[in-house]
Amino acid sequence: MASLAIKATNLAKWFGEGDARTMAVKSVSFEASFGELLYIVGPSGSGKTTLLSMISGILKPNSGTVLVEDRDIWMMESDELADFRLNKIGFVFQDYHLFPRLTTVENVAIPLILKKNDWNQSLKVASEYLKIVGLEQRAALPPVKLSGGEQQRVAIARAIASRPDILIFDEPTASLDGDTGRKILEFVREHILNETRCIIIVTHDSRIFEYAHRIIRMEDGRIIGEEHEK
Amino acid sequence: MNGILRIAFKLLVNDRGKFTALLVGITFAVFLMVMMTSMFAGILSRSSSTVTNIGAKMWVLDPAVNNVSSSIPMPDYVQDAVRSIDGVRYAVPLYSGGALIKLKNGVYQAVTVIGLDDASLFGRPELIEGKIEDIYAENGFIVVQDAEITKLGNPRIGTEFEINDHKGVVVGIAKANISGLFGIPTLYTTFNRAISYLPSTRFTASYILVEPKSKSDIPHIKQEVNKLGYQALTDDEFIQKISNFYKYQTGLGINVMLMTAISFIVGLSISGQTFYTFILENLEKFGALKAIGAKGHELVSMILFQAGFTAFLGYGLGVGLASLIIMSAKLRMPDYAAQITNLNLGIAFVMVLIIAGISSYIGIRRVIRIEPFDIFRG
Repeated sequence: MASLAIKATNLAKWFGEGDARTMAVKSVSFEASFGELLYIVGPSGSGKTTLLSMISGILKPNSGTVLVEDRDIWMMESDELADFRLNKIGFVFQDYHLFPRLTTVENVAIPLILKKNDWNQSLKVASEYLKIVGLEQRAALPPVKLSGGEQQRVAIARAIASRPDILIFDEPTASLDGDTGRKILEFVREHILNETRCIIIVTHDSRIFEYAHRIIRMEDGRIIGEEHEK
Repeated sequence: MNGILRIAFKLLVNDRGKFTALLVGITFAVFLMVMMTSMFAGILSRSSSTVTNIGAKMWVLDPAVNNVSSSIPMPDYVQDAVRSIDGVRYAVPLYSGGALIKLKNGVYQAVTVIGLDDASLFGRPELIEGKIEDIYAENGFIVVQDAEITKLGNPRIGTEFEINDHKGVVVGIAKANISGLFGIPTLYTTFNRAISYLPSTRFTASYILVEPKSKSDIPHIKQEVNKLGYQALTDDEFIQKISNFYKYQTGLGINVMLMTAISFIVGLSISGQTFYTFILENLEKFGALKAIGAKGHELVSMILFQAGFTAFLGYGLGVGLASLIIMSAKLRMPDYAAQITNLNLGIAFVMVLIIAGISSYIGIRRVIRIEPFDIFRG
């Protein structure tokens, strides 16, 4: 049985106070294992992004715990939490958030540079990750010269460059056409996912549901169902 | 260079439009500040040119005198009294006054006449042509070769002129360490010739120049001169007194200060606004860096580095541009008084640091407050 990557227990998050209080996530519990490609799906406003932020150490829950490899991440100090995100979590943002003024390879090298690696060594390692995503020929170009799918792959290369245990994808196919979206997910499942890595994807794009091992459905801040790969 | 700072550097310089706007803003501000303060420094320096050129360690003067060209003559007994003070090695009179001379071509020209003590010639200038003892020759005057000498028709040794219906002859050409402020040529002669050729008041000594035996005697000399109802100042104190007069009693200082403040505000506005826009445009990227694992202090160091780099480069360019302009102006206009001093550079540097500090503070506040969650939420 695969070991546990994340264990979220009774997570709740609300915004505002008094009459203006909005419950975004209401006492959610779930687990994710290494080697698993887990989707969190649901309509807009269902709380999936808030949940994703809480389990990745970005947004502090109002109640509940998040254990990553048996450590409660919300007991960490802010610098320790930043180190945790840098070393354990890889993010692929919906809008990629690549730096247009840096080259593609420099973008991929950012987590390595943040980990205090030497600049040239970081670029060398980043080139290898660009090779993994098939973009080694585009290393010297700025991201704006790449297509949406290529930018997505650069974002993936950046996310995996620091060799994180957990990868978080936020709406990875939102800006891509159906074919490119499917290709990205095929690539992720075949080349990025492995036995020592857990990938969590937040999406409402049903065209890519077929690639998930497990799907957690959310609505109104609660988990309303769970499906496993057939 | 540290990796995170290298990222900051690339983010800054690769955004050519903003980087250029930032540099232009700071360079322009520094240029204006250095130009304004340099012109003021030049004016102040020239306003004390007589004190500097004469080179006496102490000056005795009427307390009401606030600049060297408006001297108040002192009675002879003051000189005798000063000479008798313990610690005074010697004390000699100096005449300083204005006159009109008539050149050979019939043109009248205003001049400053310095009359040196006949016995010692204390405060004599360094001669380029002629011999100092020729100052004792009949009607002998020494002309200072500064930017104003052309107004005397570029005289040579032997050139004659009229001064208050007396004949004057150029017997030497002297070098001026610092030219005067008012664009008037300077002539040196002996004290006695000066007071006999020029219309004089009852008292004739404009100043008494004092050589103390040692530095430790200066306080005592000052005290004794005060008892006489006069003031004894060291050369630096006299220069400071003249400087204070121009700074605080002529409106010159306040005008220059206002212009410098306006330059600062212009620089701050351009740079602050551009840098803030730069930060706003990159705010999401800073948020993404925070989400990836960059710590708050690392983001702060990136912003400080960007602001500091732009500020120092702009400072260098601004100082360079100001130096170039001042140098070119001096080549074409010998009267041009601007002078870059360490104080000017220091003032501009502090102003630039403040501009960089305020600009980065605004940026840092935004970056520190951005939550990585906002990046997810879009």
